Amino acid sequence: MIMHDKFLWLTGGVVTLLLIASITGWLLGLRVKTESGRAVIDNLNARVRAWWVMVAIFAVASLLGKLATIIMFSFISFFTLREFLTLTPTRASDHRALSLAFFIFIPVQYYLIGLEWYALFSIFIPVYGFLLLPSLSALNQDPEHFLERCAKIQWGIMLTIYCISHVPALLLLDIPGYSGQNALLLFYLLLVVQMSDVLQYVFGKIFGKTKIAPVVSPSKTVEGFIGGGVGATLIGASMWWITPFTLLQAAGMAFVTVLMGFLGGLVLSAVKRSLGAKDWGTMIEGHGGMMDRMDSVSFAAPIFFHLTRYFFAV
Amino acid sequence: MWLSNLLIGLTRILVGAFPRWVGSTPSHAQRIYFANHSSHIDTVALWAALPPGLRAKTRPVAAADYWNQGAIRRYVASKGFNAVFIERTHPDASTDPLQPLIDALEQGDSLIVFPEGTRHRQALPAPFKAGLFHLAERFPNVELVPVYLENLHRCMPKGTFFPVPLICTVRFGPVLNRIADESKPAFLERARQAVVELA
Repeated sequence: MIMHDKFLWLTGGVVTLLLIASITGWLLGLRVKTESGRAVIDNLNARVRAWWVMVAIFAVASLLGKLATIIMFSFISFFTLREFLTLTPTRASDHRALSLAFFIFIPVQYYLIGLEWYALFSIFIPVYGFLLLPSLSALNQDPEHFLERCAKIQWGIMLTIYCISHVPALLLLDIPGYSGQNALLLFYLLLVVQMSDVLQYVFGKIFGKTKIAPVVSPSKTVEGFIGGGVGATLIGASMWWITPFTLLQAAGMAFVTVLMGFLGGLVLSAVKRSLGAKDWGTMIEGHGGMMDRMDSVSFAAPIFFHLTRYFFAV
Repeated sequence: MWLSNLLIGLTRILVGAFPRWVGSTPSHAQRIYFANHSSHIDTVALWAALPPGLRAKTRPVAAADYWNQGAIRRYVASKGFNAVFIERTHPDASTDPLQPLIDALEQGDSLIVFPEGTRHRQALPAPFKAGLFHLAERFPNVELVPVYLENLHRCMPKGTFFPVPLICTVRFGPVLNRIADESKPAFLERARQAVVELA
């Protein structure tokens, strides 16, 4: 099957899934009686509606090609960093460092993907960014909470720019026998991560009893994690035909992706709580902020990228 | 107007400027919105947070010594957000510096004012200047709506050139009630407290 056909099949599959979700939400809405049930269903329907929009944006960017995809993810980094720093206490003396992060580091990091300059892409933020930004803050001579401020800013940049940029970076991998199809790999990664989130939510809502980390993330349950994790791994395995992986390899990659996605959700939930918030923002109706949707992606993407690069790329 | 849309689009991308109507609802009643002032983005952020229908009839008050200086700023202020210019320094004692605002209110427009008179570095507003009191006395039927702009002092504090994009919410509070024969200082402090309570 050529790339174009695969893409059509995938889009058709996702649209079918969303149709099923929309119809299910509508039917549940007809049957619900209680006040709290109504709230859950309204949130479910808002989530599904937001999914239609997100899938549409993603599909259009993919069809437009590599440049559009890179630009789309640079905006995702921009909006997630904006959410992260909105909740993070910083001081006026961090102003220049923060401006630099938004207006220099995001464009450069994504430009490097466009240039396919892997060596600089992989060290630009951890080396140059992490040394230059605190220097700028220090020059402002404000030692109050200096270490905490630097740590928070760097962690935010790490997650929102560096980690998330590893999704479109899949486009620069040179995989033998797979040239011109890297966009499918990007689709695959996001599909597995997001299906894992969705299925964990669904299994958790239906069977969830035993909480994994009630203090940090009250919605995560053992039942949800197992059901969602197994489900998403099976979906990932069954989609091996759009990847450079064999069936078993695809199952392994999907499993690691699910695991990392779970950890991402857990860690960012802890970060959120330490900042005193429940959601990262209000940008995506029903989901919260952009970061609420990208938390698992930010952890899964770099690992997925490096495993693929090490084992499959030249 | 394309410039207005561009300004609003940029403001949305930079700071969001999402409205929260906590004590009042959008209304076509003639109003004076008064808010805390900490950055150059404030004016457009508050204006962008209003529904488009109200925006057309609501004019931000901008300092003439800043926004009326140079062709570009003047063009942006007058064409972009339909500003009413106010002279902060008025050597000529024979004219009332509030006259342009009075004219706008008499035409039926709503106004956006920053009664602190200038930008401040801190999140909470400084004491208000008297202009709001005089406008309130002269126009007893115009609704006075307190507004709190959150986070904008972090986005673009006084003295900085580049903004830091942070999400700003624009909170509209309940219409300030009128108390007969209230003294000027009491009114101004009550108005300031109405903004502080939204913080």
